[in-house]
Amino acid sequence: MSDITISERQAGDVTILDLDGKVTIGEGSVALRNAIRRLLGDGKSKILMNLAGVGYIDSSGIGELVSSFTAVNKEGGTLKLLNLTQKIQDLLAITKLLTVFDVYEDEESALASYN
Amino acid sequence: MKDKREFTLPSRIESVDEAASEAEAFVKQNGYGDDFVSAIDLAVRESVANAVKHGNKFDPEKSVEVTLQTSPEGIEIIVRDFGPGFDLEEIPDPTNPENLLKASGRGILFMRSFMDHVEWHNHDEGGMLVKMAKWQ
Repeated sequence: MSDITISERQAGDVTILDLDGKVTIGEGSVALRNAIRRLLGDGKSKILMNLAGVGYIDSSGIGELVSSFTAVNKEGGTLKLLNLTQKIQDLLAITKLLTVFDVYEDEESALASYN
Repeated sequence: MKDKREFTLPSRIESVDEAASEAEAFVKQNGYGDDFVSAIDLAVRESVANAVKHGNKFDPEKSVEVTLQTSPEGIEIIVRDFGPGFDLEEIPDPTNPENLLKASGRGILFMRSFMDHVEWHNHDEGGMLVKMAKWQ
């Protein structure tokens, strides 16, 4: 069984990815990379990543968030983060990545920010 | 009474989960709470991942040795690989603006952030040792 489940839903032209599980070295990171690649391949480049269900992340997972961010930017899109757990927020603060990511605490505000 | 657990793992990614599970069980058995367990778990994951990837470079002939032990002050962890070692001074600071968007290089920062003491040594018989401690 995979460490992570990634569900996709659409809100206008924004694709919301709901992540549930662990984003760690190995399967979790690879699953996230594949999901982002697939969306970009389908021309979907406005992406909102909902991390509410991510109970665990390591440096590899944080690295994958960064890779996703740069891959989406490269295609002229925007990747934003929604519902950080306290743990993820702490790790993004330690790595100074809170200065890089656009982070939202509620979906409505996050979606409105794409307009 | 001092509690100690030693185990050896192969140089594959799955060893990261195995080491973290062992560490979590060990720390819980010794009565530590969730925040402590979470810090140890992350430090073990990062150190074993480094040993497998950067130390042993996934060489199936090389293993990773892990020691978990209690001390009067808290928990000590030692992770040894059998790679060529590295110079800490040459590891880029991942929080420098020029490195922020790099996909890797944050493991050592996490180990230092969540443990109270971290030190690296070249082992006399080859390989690299990282010794970490978290105090109560």
